[in-house]
Amino acid sequence: MSAKLANRIATVVIIAVAIFIVAILAGLLGYILVRGLGHVSWDFLTSVPQSIREGGGIGPQLFNSVFLLVLTLLITVPLGVGAGIYMSEYAKANRFTDFIRLVVEVLSSFPSIVVGLFGLLVLVHYFGLGYSLFAGALALTVFNLPLMVRITEQAIRAVPKEQKEASLALGLSRWKTITSIMLPIAMPNILTGTILASGRVFGEAAALLFTAGMSSPRLDFTNWNPFSSNSPLNPFRPAETLAVHIWKINSEGLAPDAAEIAAGASAVLVIVVLLFNFTARFIGGYIHRKFTASK
Amino acid sequence: MKERVTLDHPKEKISKQHLTEEWVGKIYTWLCIIVLIVTIFSMVYFVASRGLTTFFRGVNVWEFISGLRWQPDAKPPIFGALPFIFGSFSTSIMAALIAAPLGFCAAIFMTEIMPKYGRRYLQPVIELLAGIPSVVYGFVGLSIIVPFLRDTFPGQGLGLAAGAIVLSIMILPTITTIATDALSALPGGLKEGSYALGATRWQTIYRIVLPTTFPALMTGVVLGISRAFGEALAVQMVIGNAPFLPRSLFDSTSTLTSVITLSMGNTVMNSPHNNALWSLALILMLMTFVFVFIVRWLERRTKI
Repeated sequence: MSAKLANRIATVVIIAVAIFIVAILAGLLGYILVRGLGHVSWDFLTSVPQSIREGGGIGPQLFNSVFLLVLTLLITVPLGVGAGIYMSEYAKANRFTDFIRLVVEVLSSFPSIVVGLFGLLVLVHYFGLGYSLFAGALALTVFNLPLMVRITEQAIRAVPKEQKEASLALGLSRWKTITSIMLPIAMPNILTGTILASGRVFGEAAALLFTAGMSSPRLDFTNWNPFSSNSPLNPFRPAETLAVHIWKINSEGLAPDAAEIAAGASAVLVIVVLLFNFTARFIGGYIHRKFTASK
Repeated sequence: MKERVTLDHPKEKISKQHLTEEWVGKIYTWLCIIVLIVTIFSMVYFVASRGLTTFFRGVNVWEFISGLRWQPDAKPPIFGALPFIFGSFSTSIMAALIAAPLGFCAAIFMTEIMPKYGRRYLQPVIELLAGIPSVVYGFVGLSIIVPFLRDTFPGQGLGLAAGAIVLSIMILPTITTIATDALSALPGGLKEGSYALGATRWQTIYRIVLPTTFPALMTGVVLGISRAFGEALAVQMVIGNAPFLPRSLFDSTSTLTSVITLSMGNTVMNSPHNNALWSLALILMLMTFVFVFIVRWLERRTKI
């Protein structure tokens, strides 16, 4: 076989593989949306699930997912940004810093089910939180923190050195320079990264099975007192999220329309994740244009 | 005299304010780092202490790892985890064998063949594939891949092959992203030298580009395997969950993660069955360390 023929065959194969991958995604999204969207209606999005009868919805699960995401971000963002600032600004090039890097790397490659088990043992049993939103949020924090640290560290490192030096030369303290000069400049990147991480958190289920629980109590959506047990805002109640719900009805669903509900819920989940993706892209692009005056 | 005092006063105030600010910053960032370190140490400690209980209570480590029978309800209960260990390794390695060629081709497409189309279409596609939640992959696997395998091959459809296929799509983004980064970081001179000698594009790719970036490509593959190894729900949904060694690719089996997912909720804390599940979690955790060290080793080779 001549070199030119081999070259041509290889090129064709590689292009075919690229098209194949695009086709996989198109097929996946198409399948989920076509099969699921038919089942999605306002009623489906707001009504409570049924265990044996058909016609159940995903209202509480959807609310739980969003609420859990908010709780998780409230804990993760301050911690992750702080640790990221440390890694980029305070860490010296020594063994201890290498060690922290190893910690972040190990933490980010822990299987999420192991994180869930850790949550079950320490948060649910040891600290007595029970299956609760709060335990779930802490487990997701463990799962999300390394990502957040990395995002912040990279964003802060990308801040032009001159800007930092100018601020220090004007007599601002190091911390003041970080918070009022570098963080605002790094904010677009941190924001984009956080939104992408949120998509990951929103779809996570394995870490939540044994922390936030697989059931949702009857919620009274008119009771907004966070301390009452049937209030949706109570962070110490068990909460099944959308992703966990999909898993549960696929493996042990008894309702006659379980497959349709799974399809509808998957479609909703995928749409939310796509929304997060597009928002991150849009915000990233918009701020990039604003800051660089490029088209 | 009086003037100096008025000048000194604000200066002192400013330096004091500086000091407080610096300390606030240092203490705050330190606290965050301490939280990180405490988290990892307590995770390792708790999982290890629970996971080792089985072995302290008379189960032989070797019998646990190499045993073929998993019968927690028998009297006395028998715990042999080999089917799960085999299931985890075989699904994740098969997934990598499927995903790696596809990922490398995608990376070559994006960097060497059509960079413009690659960045415009293929890259967002890869990012979206990375963003789709694992339960959705499980659901799609259950409703497309499993029926397809059931109709085409002997068996129930649920099994090793279904698990490997679902996992391969899930780890494709990891492998592709790292391969793309490695290929685009390659100095241009190498390729130009090859072209100048009259090599075709394919000759340049497989004689120059791929061998030079090999450690980095393998880093992506190992990270992919590590992700597949720890993936729980998607695999659990399609693998069939039979606690035996599979006899064929299309036979139902289990992985470490799938058996933990299924049984952990139904066992009582501190019962032998529960402890055995924690031992499986300990194996998962130890494998995570192994993967991290392989990745670090490969990364060191990349720099040379």
